Amino acid sequence: MGTRLVHQILAVVTTTDTVVGGGTPIFHVTDAGERERVANLLARILQAMVHDIGNGTYILVKH
Amino acid sequence: MGNPELAILLGFATGFLARLYLLRSDYRQYPSYPHGYASHLALGAIAAFIGAVVIPAVAAREYTAVTFLTLAAQQFREVRDMERKSLVSLEEVELVRRGNAYIEGIAKIFEARNYMVMAVAVLTSGGTRVVAPWLGVLLGAAGLGLAALLIDQEVVGDVARIRPGELRFDGPGLFVDDIFVMNVGLQQSRESILDYGLGAVLEPKDDDARDTLANAGQRQAILHDVSVVLGVRRDVDEPEFTPLIRRQVATGRVALYIVPMEKDMGSLLAAIGRVPVLESSRGRALKAKAGRLAAD
Repeated sequence: MGTRLVHQILAVVTTTDTVVGGGTPIFHVTDAGERERVANLLARILQAMVHDIGNGTYILVKH
Repeated sequence: MGNPELAILLGFATGFLARLYLLRSDYRQYPSYPHGYASHLALGAIAAFIGAVVIPAVAAREYTAVTFLTLAAQQFREVRDMERKSLVSLEEVELVRRGNAYIEGIAKIFEARNYMVMAVAVLTSGGTRVVAPWLGVLLGAAGLGLAALLIDQEVVGDVARIRPGELRFDGPGLFVDDIFVMNVGLQQSRESILDYGLGAVLEPKDDDARDTLANAGQRQAILHDVSVVLGVRRDVDEPEFTPLIRRQVATGRVALYIVPMEKDMGSLLAAIGRVPVLESSRGRALKAKAGRLAAD
């Protein structure tokens, strides 16, 4: 069995510019539709789950 | 006194029949028909033969021959190991995992069944050798009946009331009735969940059942069995459609959420009800005096 990273924020997709980066890639998008599209794409690529944490920010987490 | 050859033959035959009978109730837990059957029948045959020769060997004053029983025990521990290993290696490719508790339960059951087969064979050949064939067959049948009673496991439907639950969203939060399940970010996933998803609520009937349903292994087993029966409408890259069971801590109720291939509430409730209660997950609080004091 391979080792996998889980319970880890893989990416952040946000419409606000107040989100400040740490080690996680942040995708700044212009509106909610774009956020939906980008988050969906990233979710499929990373096989991750999209969570809405409010304040206009989505996080992608591998469970 | 029956002759030893007849005793061994009868013991072997009833033992093998016992294994065949016990295999019947295995398929839902472990659906790998032809080859799984072959290997378990072969091991069952060995168990039956070992059981069948015990009493005739003692009767013939071949006391050392009985020591091979220890060899048999070793052999059947390996059966358990074999089952565990093969199921664990399959976990990676399951859309919904069985979980370690379920695997352990299945492995244990396969080991135990071989011992039951041995017991049936011992009873039959012993009865035949010491008294007469008719008694041997009678004892064997009684042993098989007892074994059948023993393997008749408790199911979730016995310990919990299962009823339909309504899926709804409160912002990004997915709820089944009033029990929170998860946070779903994508709008289109929320729509799919409402269109295709099903929810159910399990209410424990007593304090033991509450502990049983709290066990994560038991809950994973429920998810696996339900997914096998109804299918899951997802692929490996869509984690939001993974079935989930979440517990409402205040009441001990648990909510199940699934996006099945077949959206059929009746089938879902029936499938949940028929999931076996895992031995390792069963709550036992009410068995202890202190536990009964806490129950009110």
